[in-house]
Amino acid sequence: MLKILFFLSSGLFLGWSLGANDAANIFGTAVSTNMIRFKTAAIVCSIFIILGAVISGSGTSHTLGELGSINKLAGAFTVAFGSAITVMWMTKLGLPVSTSQAIVGAIIGWNVFSGNPTDMNSLYKIFGSWIFSPILSAAFAIILFIIVKRIVEHSKIHLIRLDALTRKGLLIVGAFGAYSLGANNIANVMGVFINSSPFNSIQIGRVFHITSIQQLFLLGGIAIATGVFTYSKGVMMTVGSDIFKLSPITAFVVVLASSSVLFIFASQTLKTFLESFGLPSFPLVPVSSSQAVVGAVMGICIAKGGKNIHLQVIGKICIGWLATPVVSAIISYITLFFMQNVFMQDIL
Amino acid sequence: MKKLFSSKTKELEVDIDRYLDRVEKSALLFNEGVKDYINDNMNRFDEHLKEITIIENKADNVRRDIKYKLYTFMLIPDSRGDVLGLIETTDNVIDTAKKVLEQLSIETPKIPDFLKADFLRLADFSCKAVEELVKGERAFFKEIKIVNDYINKIHFYEHEADKIEEQLERKVFKSKEITSFSRKMHIRYFVERIALLSDEAEEVSERLSVYAIKRFI
Repeated sequence: MLKILFFLSSGLFLGWSLGANDAANIFGTAVSTNMIRFKTAAIVCSIFIILGAVISGSGTSHTLGELGSINKLAGAFTVAFGSAITVMWMTKLGLPVSTSQAIVGAIIGWNVFSGNPTDMNSLYKIFGSWIFSPILSAAFAIILFIIVKRIVEHSKIHLIRLDALTRKGLLIVGAFGAYSLGANNIANVMGVFINSSPFNSIQIGRVFHITSIQQLFLLGGIAIATGVFTYSKGVMMTVGSDIFKLSPITAFVVVLASSSVLFIFASQTLKTFLESFGLPSFPLVPVSSSQAVVGAVMGICIAKGGKNIHLQVIGKICIGWLATPVVSAIISYITLFFMQNVFMQDIL
Repeated sequence: MKKLFSSKTKELEVDIDRYLDRVEKSALLFNEGVKDYINDNMNRFDEHLKEITIIENKADNVRRDIKYKLYTFMLIPDSRGDVLGLIETTDNVIDTAKKVLEQLSIETPKIPDFLKADFLRLADFSCKAVEELVKGERAFFKEIKIVNDYINKIHFYEHEADKIEEQLERKVFKSKEITSFSRKMHIRYFVERIALLSDEAEEVSERLSVYAIKRFI
């Protein structure tokens, strides 16, 4: 048991840092503007991240599995460890980093190390989704912003009542955002462990059946929730007050737009629904919630007349697309080498 | 908890409406009071003075209530500073309206007949500026798009009041009928005080225009 926990620890650490950083994308403005108390935000966020992870987390994990199937626990540990180091290191350097991009890079590092070919189809699908997700988020934000603005201006709601409605709205879209984040990003945290999952399925009565993967995701979800509770407050205050300075209503639009993007890149149900009508569906790929948020903020800037768009921010997203997977692949390769040759672990 | 929260929201809405009603009423009472004084209708004047004093007291209580509720129940954290700023500066309008009637009652300046019409017009424009201010503030809470229309009207009435103020002062100091310099100064003081009401309304409107821009999403 201790050995299992040790090997899962790198994934759990990655989960913790995901919770610490990404909860701010969902509740940052709401908490920093005092619309929602941190405690309320943290509880709602944690519950829905865990629900999203356990109920809808398998879709994106499947895509990561196609990219590279890591079948030994020690190997999975090392890959997750490699991407955790990348996330930590790049955060320290102040570069934008996403766990989605780090884990994909680390898996490619594993493929190179193990001599397995990387499935180029999956890779194109993933890269394409990364570029498309902030653009889609911006498009959603523009449409939502126009609709919300129209409603607010025409409904003549009293400022005080609008405030109460906005709070409720922020809490509801926050819950949706947390669910989508859990569903979309749990693969980053626990995806590499799926093939080597140490758990067995549990049957409770006739109705409840918890698969080994769901148990893994539950553990990952708890790790993310721990990150939310222990470390996200400071990040929320920074996101809310330093970088974007959104009003509560625009924050509502940003969270709804970016959460919808995370949701459509994670929902198997939506994919099946679209395919049943012969419509093109979205690939189930872990995308970066931070980049979806930046995309949504850009969308609002465009909807407001295109002023104050910082090209620097777009540049930073591009750096994130390129630098994170490359750095993560290299670190993953090096740590795998040490794991195999210095610590004599069976990783292949 | 939910019920408590929504009832506080409703209460605050009612309080703000009540406060603005009082501001409007104080302006109307001010206008009527000046008319009564000029027309030497002193019984009615005293009644209006009494009424405006009560209104001013009540408005103060509502203002304190609004402040208390905004901060205790953490309502509109994003714009409560602006709302309070608006309510606090609007309070100067009621204070000025009351003070003018009070000073008229204490000092009983004698207004010569040839100035009476101008005095009435000056009070009327000042009152209209406050009426438009109240409409503008109501729009700030409910229909932000039209706030500017009212701000333009406030500027117009303030400007008109300024013109009459200047004309009145020139008439006073050129007048052969008013012989003593001290009486000229005394009348000028009241001209300035009545015109001050429109100036106060304009000052609040300056804030209102900034807050309205901030509220545009």
